Amino acid sequence: MAEHAAAVKQDTLGTRMVRALGRGPLHVALIAICLAWMVPTLGLLVSSFRPAAAIATTGWWTAFSTPFEFTLENYQQVLTTQGMGRSFLNSVMIALPATAITIVVAALAAYAFSWIEFPGRDWLFLVVVGLLVVPLQLTLIPVLRIFATLGWTGSFFAIWLAHTAYGLPFAVFLLRNFFVALPKDLLESAFLDGASHFTAFRRIVMPLSVPALAALGIFQFLWLWNDLLVALVYLGGVRSVAPMTVTISNLVNSFGSSWHLLTSAAFISMILPLVIFFALQRYFVEGILAGAVKG
Amino acid sequence: MRRNRLIALLYLAPAGLLLSMFLVYPVLNTIYLSFLDNDSEQFVGWDNYVYLFTSPATLVVFRNNILWLVLFTGACLVIGLLMAVLANQVRYEAIAKAIIFVPMAVSFTAAGVIWRFMYIYRAPQFGQTGVMNALLDVLGFDPIPWISNTSVNNYALIAAGIWMWTGFALVVVSAGLKGIPSEVIEAARIDGANERQIFWHVILPMLKSVLVVVAVTLVINSLKVFDLVYVMTFGNYDTDVLANRMFKEMFTFGNFGRASAVAVVLLLAIIPMMAVNIRRFRRGE
Repeated sequence: MAEHAAAVKQDTLGTRMVRALGRGPLHVALIAICLAWMVPTLGLLVSSFRPAAAIATTGWWTAFSTPFEFTLENYQQVLTTQGMGRSFLNSVMIALPATAITIVVAALAAYAFSWIEFPGRDWLFLVVVGLLVVPLQLTLIPVLRIFATLGWTGSFFAIWLAHTAYGLPFAVFLLRNFFVALPKDLLESAFLDGASHFTAFRRIVMPLSVPALAALGIFQFLWLWNDLLVALVYLGGVRSVAPMTVTISNLVNSFGSSWHLLTSAAFISMILPLVIFFALQRYFVEGILAGAVKG
Repeated sequence: MRRNRLIALLYLAPAGLLLSMFLVYPVLNTIYLSFLDNDSEQFVGWDNYVYLFTSPATLVVFRNNILWLVLFTGACLVIGLLMAVLANQVRYEAIAKAIIFVPMAVSFTAAGVIWRFMYIYRAPQFGQTGVMNALLDVLGFDPIPWISNTSVNNYALIAAGIWMWTGFALVVVSAGLKGIPSEVIEAARIDGANERQIFWHVILPMLKSVLVVVAVTLVINSLKVFDLVYVMTFGNYDTDVLANRMFKEMFTFGNFGRASAVAVVLLLAIIPMMAVNIRRFRRGE
């Protein structure tokens, strides 16, 4: 009996070993791809802490052999003299309010599309779905002219509105899909009790939709934080209002080989997205899945 | 009903106003501008389009966008699918997926800097400081000016795009993979199918609709690609793409007719994707 048990045990151990060996290539392939994927970012991060002279003459991978030479000077220089500090604030000033406006405007529209009956609702929503893919390049020239007429070029207000409008099709689409799936009984009984649409929106739909609103908020914020084109075109290259993406692309233009400046500037622009990504990965992924699959 | 209409109007008004002002009107206006001259004064018929489809400078742009469309979409899909299937079988799946996915969070601008740094070229007698050329060096090859050599630079740029967007394909495909009931795969295994057959004849067909969604998104992105090219080459050395060309026509050449025509071509290329989206949506209703 004991012998038998031992045989079984040995057997499973044996198969396990065979399986582990058989799965060796799987692990090697996976880990190799993951390492390859990390190299570019790692190189940037390491380089941003190396002295200018070292970056210019040796590869970043040599930084780990003696003599160790690391410095914070690049960051200091790029934040003060190259205006990345100012640009960081500008990026916040652009992305935060525009995200908030997008969420409010989109939530109102999505509520109408899911809980108010009105003629032409489905058609109107199809228009929104169609607008999802319209490249914003098509809007640049006319909008630029509108801004010029109104004297809005280079103002934060103008870019908030533009970003909101460009984000709306996706935002309305995502929220509407979420709102529609909320329990019908809950809203209907609220209406029977005499609740107005506004009360239902504020007291029932919004509180129940926090996960979707969070996913949308994170997504939109990152999208705006990372935007180059819209800022480049509508802020008219005015340095005092330029977000980090614009400042970095200017740095690339004027100091294309000053890698101590470029690497640290790029990393500063990446810090917030990376923190958001690692802290709120679940919502971030949910936003992507909601946009891509739940249609 | 009438009351409802009024309330709906109130809820939709802010979105409607913004969409009309920043999307609907501008799109129509751009289509109109594409038939006018540089300064949007004279009607020139199809001239701007004829220029786009005959001038060598812009034909390169179309070639490059097609390269992006095929290689970027294809590689992101294939690597994303491969990684999803592989990662699904190991315990460190979450970490592996996060590593591939991280580049999605950073801007194309930062990615442009990262990859310019990867592609640094120095004459062979100096030590290489860019990863790609250092690798070539180790393998005994001469360094390549990845950014300016016209036979490799488009691929170099597309590689940067693939690095950024494979995570998207991976995450969505992986979610689709988890949605396949394990009984189905078990049943195939009991019927004697091997792992390869299961992949080709069970998993792949069941992932079809997910793969279509991912492909549509990737195709749209490949057509709209701008920031990476703007930061890495500004479209020089034969790497220009539609979106960057439009920016150039606008701000470098001040030619609003041609810039609008480029934008309209971009829209026409994307409309089939829009149709796919709408059809999927209506089927889902």
